[in-house]
Amino acid sequence: MPRSISSIRATGLKAPPKHAPRRLASTNDVVKLQRLMTHILIRPLTKSDGLQPVWIDGRPMTEVAEEFIKPNDRLSAFERLQLYNRMYWFRLIDIMHDDNPGLRAVLGDKKFTRLIEAYLAKYPSRSFTLRNLCSRLGQFIREESRWTAPHTALATNVVRFEWAQTVAFDEAQLPVLSAAEIARTPPVRLRLRLQPYITLLALDYPVDTYVVAVKQRNALRTEASNAVDKVREAKQSKYVARPRRERIYVAVHRLDNWLYYKRLGRPAFLILQAIAAGQTLDDAVTAGGRRVKPEQVGGWFAMWMELGWLCRKK
Amino acid sequence: MPANSFNGHTDYGIGIGLRVPHYAHILEKKPVVDWFEIISENFMVDGGRPLQVLDQIMEQYRVVQHGVSMYFGSADKPDRAHLKKLKALVKRTKTPWLSDHLCWGSVDGTYTHDLLPMPYTFASAKRTAEKIRQIRDYLEVPICVENVSSYAEYHVSEMSEWEFLSEVVERADCGILLDVNNIYVSAKNHDFNPYDYINGVPHHRVGQMHVAGHTKFEKYILDTHDHPVLDPVWKLYAHATKLCGVTATLLEWDDKIPSFDEVHDEALKANEFIDGAKKAKNSKRAAKAGAPVASS
Repeated sequence: MPRSISSIRATGLKAPPKHAPRRLASTNDVVKLQRLMTHILIRPLTKSDGLQPVWIDGRPMTEVAEEFIKPNDRLSAFERLQLYNRMYWFRLIDIMHDDNPGLRAVLGDKKFTRLIEAYLAKYPSRSFTLRNLCSRLGQFIREESRWTAPHTALATNVVRFEWAQTVAFDEAQLPVLSAAEIARTPPVRLRLRLQPYITLLALDYPVDTYVVAVKQRNALRTEASNAVDKVREAKQSKYVARPRRERIYVAVHRLDNWLYYKRLGRPAFLILQAIAAGQTLDDAVTAGGRRVKPEQVGGWFAMWMELGWLCRKK
Repeated sequence: MPANSFNGHTDYGIGIGLRVPHYAHILEKKPVVDWFEIISENFMVDGGRPLQVLDQIMEQYRVVQHGVSMYFGSADKPDRAHLKKLKALVKRTKTPWLSDHLCWGSVDGTYTHDLLPMPYTFASAKRTAEKIRQIRDYLEVPICVENVSSYAEYHVSEMSEWEFLSEVVERADCGILLDVNNIYVSAKNHDFNPYDYINGVPHHRVGQMHVAGHTKFEKYILDTHDHPVLDPVWKLYAHATKLCGVTATLLEWDDKIPSFDEVHDEALKANEFIDGAKKAKNSKRAAKAGAPVASS
């Protein structure tokens, strides 16, 4: 897999030293050693899941490994580094596998794994928490559509929907605004905000029902693993058809700490989007369009307040 | 010795790791458990179910925080946002001590999410100790550093792993989370005597111990946490308990997790070795007292 130093620099990880330091006398030496090892560990595996045999400067990887890693009577320096290289990839691919069942269903397992390898090669983790591992996956798919073609549009939609679930799972919940508080400020001055855990999505595919169907299919397959009578049923439901194009508007949110997605009409979506963008209540309602009736808007706001979606903007 | 300044002068007994597959059982059945160890990073979030579950657990149980991403040995400075979230969690849990690993895993802000072995040099010991001090001063909670299992060693190393651990904790004046399974795994992978390791660390600094299962391969051993604890590890634990005193102990079981009861029963096997250590200690005290005057 191609991976130039310039793409590595784009991620924040500086170029590795030409050689491992022979002694660690200073912090700079420690940094050099850690940079070199990190570059080696995050290099994509070979097709046979091994450490790549040639280093980025053309030297044999065995030579590079022997410069700083001790062998023992069972493992060479190369093999010892290979253990870490494999653990890095296997661990991260496993996590992304679990976090993206919908995307995996769109692409199939092999293509999904190739996408993840390319993604992590370009965007290794920049966060202390694995929770954020998929945060730039949507951006990567837009930048490098060859990994998802011919399903890039669908893949992009699915990734947005799946990331929205991560956000809905553990983002903050702010104090909810009451009707009395809203009434105290004139609509031309009142600015609201949405709960941080809510993501509004305008999508070109009904990926909400698709991802739920995929999850149900996966759950059935898991249940069936130890039950003979369910195996046939699981085989029958092995494939969930990719959805056809259809414009939908969805809010992914949580209620009582359970995840939900809620379909919205376009006007309601536009109003919420305007609120999220920081517009005044008056302007937000206008964003819903001329055809929207006041009683409709009143009904939506009543529902959004019941769901605890609206907070005061600081 | 077991309740010391490095574990907040607490005597916590035997705990297990709080894991998602056991949430429902714990919250419904409320089993008797001395304490739970939580992975800090799983709860360093701003809301939602993780914090709800944590609060429910804390209503019934004592919890201790264990981290996996502070990377005391990374040359990078501590990340302020990370520390801020960690401190908020420390305040929430009131953990009597906090542990993380003596390792590195990030550079230039790029994370490997692995616990990578340190080069055992005086320069890195000094730097690592300074970082531990900075973090402890910010968090205002005692810190215990855990020895990791490793699969590679560096040419630049100047001392043994246990000498390095001792150098770091003495310089940082912090505690040790002694993972006896990790000692066993590394001993097999690097051909040293695990008893030399346990004999060589400052016992008065051990604030907690870990036991876990591992997996043997033809040429190496992996620290997999997916098995019961193997006999040689229990023997090491017994030895460590004799030297360090009865210490807060935790069983790690992170993969192929069986039922709560199975995990807890495995953890409670530590009692056998703790009782042995207590008896040995009592007989030593009795011997010092001279001849008994009368039986009571």
